[in-house]
Amino acid sequence: MNLDATDRAILNRLQEGFPIAPAPFAAVAGELGIAQDDLIARLGRMRDERIITRFGPFFDAEAMGGAFCLCAMAVPEEDFEAVAAEVNARPEVAHNYARDHRLNMWFVLATESDGEIAAVADAIEDATGCKVLRFPKLSEFFIGFRVAA
Amino acid sequence: MRIDATDRAIIAATQAGLPLVAEPYAALAADLGVSEDALRQRLAAMQASGIIRRIAVAPNHYALGMTANGMSVWDVEDARIADLGPRVGLLDFVSHCYERPRALPDWPYNLFAMIHGTSRDEVEKQRACIRALLGASCRGDDILYSTRILKKTGLRLRAKEG
Repeated sequence: MNLDATDRAILNRLQEGFPIAPAPFAAVAGELGIAQDDLIARLGRMRDERIITRFGPFFDAEAMGGAFCLCAMAVPEEDFEAVAAEVNARPEVAHNYARDHRLNMWFVLATESDGEIAAVADAIEDATGCKVLRFPKLSEFFIGFRVAA
Repeated sequence: MRIDATDRAIIAATQAGLPLVAEPYAALAADLGVSEDALRQRLAAMQASGIIRRIAVAPNHYALGMTANGMSVWDVEDARIADLGPRVGLLDFVSHCYERPRALPDWPYNLFAMIHGTSRDEVEKQRACIRALLGASCRGDDILYSTRILKKTGLRLRAKEG
């Protein structure tokens, strides 16, 4: 991976936002002092090389309705793979991470309603024999995270 | 705010990202069978209501060398969290910051901050910054490094109309 100063300027600028305008690349290219075609070509290359994970609108699923809950379990090491398979098989599980802690499995449930969160978490407890601790969000201290490129 | 069928179609059509062409909204509008003006108005409305957080690039943390990612967790006095939480969220190495309920006796922590760095040493320094910021209002803390992604899905759209 080779990023030059222009690539880095593009990554830093486009983390701030992209205009909703008829010719948005021309506007951003003008700000950066480069040609529109160069901007588009560099974005394509960085996307192909997976330096850019995604370029587009980022949606707040919660603003569209639905319920979310971070959950954690302390899974015995010998059962870990079987429990992971059981948890991951449920469509309500949006993501699931192994972490180095006594509570070693952390996943997010996404459902239509709060009642369904409880039902799915209870079902996972029944199926795995592991207590499911529930950590719904009480407040969000939101910031726009930026990676300095 | 609930979304309608047009909003859903826009969300589905932009899951892979915006087209890299000079007039990306015109291209997207043509795919969706709506006018470009109507599409841009919808996007602007969704952004104004918070359904779209922003239209932007997400760089790959790992490709930029940010390979250490930890979930730092803090037991902050209830009376102080509304003041201290936003200050932790403002730190430039914190990507997400939430207040969540404790789960006593298993879990005493009520503030969660995801932190990112180029090494665990750097992440530990960031953690020390948060500890200094919270001061005596914090009664304990821990950090959980992710060791493996077991599942990760994109935004799942329900078939039902909103």
